[in-house]
Amino acid sequence: MTTFLFFLPFILTYTVFAVYAERKIAAFIQDRMGPMQVGYYGLAQTIADLLKLLQKEDIVPQAADRKLFLMAPIIIFTAIFAGFATLPLTSGFTGSQAQVGVFFLLAVVSLDVIGILIAGWSSNSKYSLFGALRSVAQIISYEIPLGLTVLCVVMISQSFDLQEISYQQGIWWPTLDAQAQNYLFGLKALGIETTGIGGFLTWNIVRMPLFFLVFLIFFIASLAESNRAPFDLPEAESELIGGFHTEYSGFRWAIIMLSEYAMMLLVSLLGAILFLGSWNTPFPNIGSMKLAEWTSGTPGTWIAHVWGGFWLISKAFFLIFVQMWVRWTYPRLRVDQLMTLCWKYLIPASLLLVLLSGVWRLLMI
Amino acid sequence: MIQQIIFYTFAALTVISASVIIFTHNVLYAAFSLIITFLGVAALYVFAGADFIAVTQVLVYVGGILVLMIFSVMLTNKISGQAVTTHSHNRFLGGLIGLVLFVLLMFGILQANYASLFWLEKAQSSGNIIQDSTIQLLGVKLMSDYVLPFEVAAVLLLVALIGAAYIAQRQMDEK
Repeated sequence: MTTFLFFLPFILTYTVFAVYAERKIAAFIQDRMGPMQVGYYGLAQTIADLLKLLQKEDIVPQAADRKLFLMAPIIIFTAIFAGFATLPLTSGFTGSQAQVGVFFLLAVVSLDVIGILIAGWSSNSKYSLFGALRSVAQIISYEIPLGLTVLCVVMISQSFDLQEISYQQGIWWPTLDAQAQNYLFGLKALGIETTGIGGFLTWNIVRMPLFFLVFLIFFIASLAESNRAPFDLPEAESELIGGFHTEYSGFRWAIIMLSEYAMMLLVSLLGAILFLGSWNTPFPNIGSMKLAEWTSGTPGTWIAHVWGGFWLISKAFFLIFVQMWVRWTYPRLRVDQLMTLCWKYLIPASLLLVLLSGVWRLLMI
Repeated sequence: MIQQIIFYTFAALTVISASVIIFTHNVLYAAFSLIITFLGVAALYVFAGADFIAVTQVLVYVGGILVLMIFSVMLTNKISGQAVTTHSHNRFLGGLIGLVLFVLLMFGILQANYASLFWLEKAQSSGNIIQDSTIQLLGVKLMSDYVLPFEVAAVLLLVALIGAAYIAQRQMDEK
C-alpha cells in the first residue's frame, strides 16, 4: 500500500525534475545553451515539453497490431512499478514484508522485457523490431551480472529482505536483532567492533571491501538494464530512429519514458540500499561526537522518517546524477562490444566475486 | 473472504488464458497468453505458501523461457513475411486424451483424503496454516539432504549450455 501512496506520486514528480536535471547536466557537460535559457534557469522548457506531450494525438499505425500496441507501454510501466513494492524508504517505512524481497524485485522487473518485445513487434516497423531485439538481448544478458552482484550482497547479509539488509548497515541493527555485531571490514579477527559507530563504516561497501568492485559491476549492469548510455543501442537515434518506441507518440510515449526514468530510479534506490547503507547516515559516531545518532533518529520516531528518507533519496539521486554524467560523457558501445563486455568480462568477474563473498562471509562469523 | 476472491480471480485468469492458448490461431497471441497463465500459476503458488517457487516461476519461465520463445516466434514471423498460424489437428484424439486425463485427476482428487495429510494436520494443530517463508528451509535442505540431485541438475544444465554454445558455433563456421 505504501508503494502506491509514496512511490507512485514520487515517480511522477521525480521524472519531471529528472528530465529537467538531465537537460541541465547535459547542457553543462556539452555546453548546450537551450535548456539553460528558456524561462528562469530553463525551467519552462520541461513544462512546455510536458504540456506538448500530453496534448499530442495518440497515434496507432494502421498496420500495427492494435490491441498489443496499446497494451505494451502499460505492461512495461507496471512491471517496473511492481519492483518498487519491496523497497524500504526509512527505518519505519517498509515496503512489502515478503521474505523473497529482492529476488521478487529482480523477477518482476525482468517482465518489462515482454512489454518491450510486444511494443517492438506490434508496431510493425523494422526500426521498432530491431530496437526491441537489441533491447531485449541487452537486458537479458545484463540481468546475469546484475543478479550475481545482488547475490553477493545477499550472501553477506544472509537475507533477501531489503529492510533487514538496510538495518544491518547502520547503528540500529541491534534494535532488530540484539545479538547483532558489525566489525570493521566485516572481519571479526580484526576485533574492531563498529556496531555502535555506524556511519559509512557499516555500509556494505565498507563491510566487505570487495563490494567496491561488486558495486561497479552492479552499476554498469544497471545502466544497461535501464537502456541508458553508453548502453543505449536499443534507442540509438542515429541508427534506429528511436528504438522499440519509434512508432509511439503522445501519452503512450510519455509512459515509456516514464518507465525508463522509473527504472533509473529503481536501480539507483536498489544500489543505495544494497551497497551505500540504505537509509543510514554516512556519519559515524566518534567518541562523544554522536554524529550517527544526531543525523538519524531512533527507528519509529518521525525524525527517523525524515532523516532516513533524506539519506536514501539523496543517495539515489546522487547515483542518478552519475548515470546522467556517464551518459553525456561516454560514447555509445557497439553491439559486439556490449555483448563482449557482459559475457566475457562482467559475468566471469561477478562469478568470482560471488565465490569471494562466500569466503568473506566465513570470516565474518 | 478477500483472499478467496483474489484466489478465484487468479484461478479464473489462469484458466481463461490457458483456453486462449488452445483456441487462438495466432502463435504469438498464444505465447503472450502463456505469460498470463504462468503468472497466474505463480500467484496460485503464493496462495499455497510457496513464495520462493512462485518467484522462481516468474524468473525462469516468464523472464527466461517465454522471452526466448516469443523471440523465436517473432523472428520467424518477420522473416517469412506472413503471420504464423496454427490449425487444429486430431481434434477427436486430443479431446479424448484431455477428457481422460481430467477424469483421472478429478477421480484422484476426490479420492484423496487431504485432511489426514501429515503436514496439513501439523499445520492445523499448530494454528499457522500459511507458514513463514520457505526460503531458509529450502536453502538448507538443498545444500544438505538434497545436495546430490541439486548438483546433478546443475551439471546437466551446464552440459546443455555448453552443448548449445557448441552447436551455435559450428553453424557459424559453416557459413
